[in-house]
Amino acid sequence: MSWFIKFITSSLGQKLVMSLTGLFLILFLLVHLLGNMQLFRDDDGYAFNAYTKFMTHNPLIEAVAILLYIFILLHSIQGVALWLQNRRSRGPQAYAVKVTKTTGTNSFASKNMASLGILIFVFLAIHMGDFWWKMKNGTAPVVQYEGEEYQDLYTIVVASFQVDWIVILYLVAMVGLFFHLLHGFQSAFQTLGINHKKYTPAIKFLGWVYAILVPLLFAAMPIYVYFFK
Amino acid sequence: MKLTLKIWRQKDAKSKGGFETYTVEASTHMSFLEMLDVLNESLIREKKEPVAFEHDCREGICGACSLVINGQPHGPWAKTTTCQLHMRQYKDGDTIVVEPYRAVAFPVLKDLVVDRSSFERIIQAGGFISVNTGQPQDANSIPIDLDTASKAFDAASCIGCGACVAACPNSSAMLFTSAKVAHLNMLPQGKVEAQQRVLNMVKQMDLEGFGRCSNITACEAECPKGISIENIARMNREYWAASLGSEKIA
Repeated sequence: MSWFIKFITSSLGQKLVMSLTGLFLILFLLVHLLGNMQLFRDDDGYAFNAYTKFMTHNPLIEAVAILLYIFILLHSIQGVALWLQNRRSRGPQAYAVKVTKTTGTNSFASKNMASLGILIFVFLAIHMGDFWWKMKNGTAPVVQYEGEEYQDLYTIVVASFQVDWIVILYLVAMVGLFFHLLHGFQSAFQTLGINHKKYTPAIKFLGWVYAILVPLLFAAMPIYVYFFK
Repeated sequence: MKLTLKIWRQKDAKSKGGFETYTVEASTHMSFLEMLDVLNESLIREKKEPVAFEHDCREGICGACSLVINGQPHGPWAKTTTCQLHMRQYKDGDTIVVEPYRAVAFPVLKDLVVDRSSFERIIQAGGFISVNTGQPQDANSIPIDLDTASKAFDAASCIGCGACVAACPNSSAMLFTSAKVAHLNMLPQGKVEAQQRVLNMVKQMDLEGFGRCSNITACEAECPKGISIENIARMNREYWAASLGSEKIA
């Protein structure tokens, strides 16, 4: 195993960890988004609560969820470690004047991945504390549809999204997520070693579409609830 | 034209440095280094210590000249070194800030001179290529297609100046290292030691204390030779393949 530890803790190994966990989280976002779209249905939360029940009672999904928690932690811890390492590499004396030109990346996003990541992590902690924690501890209210009991996450979500600061937090976090994805999506492929005249333009285009569409639809949820529920 | 220069002065590696302001009379025909020569001649006449900066070929091929000029390694012109930057870029009355490269792996020795021997050690870690000695063989006896040869040549055009490290917000040396890895690993002559080469060079790069690439691409934007980050992707691929695929355990 010593060769594997050496490999995974090398500079390129650490990058691989960021890339692979990042790609997994990108995939997770899409699944999470598609599920949460049930929120837009006008059925007093039946579809949303049924989806919630499915997600919390399927053993396969429970197993993948554990993997997800591990990957979120790995991505965060490795990211902070890389950020600290890079600050050390730059040294104590900063440039008096610094211009950072880039080719083909958004320089705001690419230079601020760590800060954006920390913003998203803080959001995630509040987000999970608000919804996930209540579900796991059974403190959510219970609702009945056709005699069957469901945890009423829908009511919790609707109540949360009436609170001004929570809605603002969600919107700020989604702007952060947009920039994080804008760089992260295409960067993950470059780190994997995929830089190809045929595929890279397509990956970059897909990265833009994904980075705009996913945070936008997520942001639409608190806005929809705030104004229309 | 009259220019104001703010130049980083530092007596030696151990001293604390700081900016000094000078005025210099320059002509638009001068190169940036010639303008610094004029400044130094006037400093010598005044019995002051001239500004230490590195230079050698003064035609953009040796990689000796460095300097971060108004926040950009080798100044504002794309794909040029400091010696190729000419004073016609500037107007009378301009202020120019000149700093050494900043990276832990490139410690300042004096004024604008940094120690770039960490790059030499990465090259040394790359080792040798196995070729037959004796009479040179006919060039066409080693088959290689033109595209691969051209790509290897593009990578080989890296002059090891260190602008990539100076430009990178992470002080990463991955553009340099990957250019050297890609250059030899793409050629038939470099195939024999290809796996060991990438493993050893990356190991040395990490030991020198360079940062980790996060694909910002500032290196590519500032490289005086236009080395592409395609080389970094290639190094990544070769490194995974060598780490996971080779039978070496240690």
